[in-house]
Amino acid sequence: MENATQHSDPHYDQEASKLGMWLFIFTELLLFGGLFLVYSIYRFLNPEAFRLAGEELNLTIGAINTIILLVSSMTIAMSTSSLQKKNKGLTIFLLEVTIMLALIFLINKYFEWGVKFDHGIWPGSQHLINDMSKGEILFFGLYFVMTGLHALHIIVGMIIIIVALNKVQKGIVNENRPSLLENAGLYWHLVDLIWIFLFPLFYLIH
Amino acid sequence: MEKEKHHIVPYKVYFYILIALITLTFMSIGITKINLGGYSVLGALVFSTIKSVLVLTWFMHLKFDQPFLRFMVGFVALLFFAIIFITFLDYYYR
Repeated sequence: MENATQHSDPHYDQEASKLGMWLFIFTELLLFGGLFLVYSIYRFLNPEAFRLAGEELNLTIGAINTIILLVSSMTIAMSTSSLQKKNKGLTIFLLEVTIMLALIFLINKYFEWGVKFDHGIWPGSQHLINDMSKGEILFFGLYFVMTGLHALHIIVGMIIIIVALNKVQKGIVNENRPSLLENAGLYWHLVDLIWIFLFPLFYLIH
Repeated sequence: MEKEKHHIVPYKVYFYILIALITLTFMSIGITKINLGGYSVLGALVFSTIKSVLVLTWFMHLKFDQPFLRFMVGFVALLFFAIIFITFLDYYYR
């Protein structure tokens, strides 16, 4: 009986888990930073080919996906507020909306890549190697690697949000122990942050 | 300190930030439609930088966190710009 009333959490340090999450985010930023560096050098060396290849991308889908990610960033940020306000129902709803938006982003990406595949454009495709210049091959290589790695982060982010949602439902994550949800939010904003730079660099070349 | 350390951001603040982010997105699309030559990519990147500052400050709560976190984020950004700058010095003067 005594055990049941005792506070048995071994150790909980909200600031430390936030700091740990930020350190991880720094490694992610520099991972993508390396790719952005490669991109900028190759674009500097092949400006005309990058412009030509960039016209192949669909600006409308890119812009829609940007707005979807921005909205999903807002909903997950709101969910941390609603958790602190002890509104569990709203927290769960906002997380569900975030997951749905992430899914819509991926579906758009699927169709976007699908159109490229239909045009015979994928890394190492015959069309790419035979008919395109070195700069265009580099552009599409970077496009697939960078948006692909970003999409992978979307998938991982969805899994983390689903775990957080589950724990909010069970009450393990609550207004006194919000770290998991807050860190899931930080990760999701990181995904958004990277897209903020991917979008103009790939879709807005003129 | 125990009670004060968590600032609850009102929902409408997040909504205003979203509106600002979407507006900036359309502005960055707009600026690349105008023919500015080499400056259009610079313009788009300026808008992206403003957007990322908004995301970092409000969505990622840096405004309400301890100052050393802001310092560290600034340091990482600076490190990245230094890497870009030094690499371009190399390529530009080859």
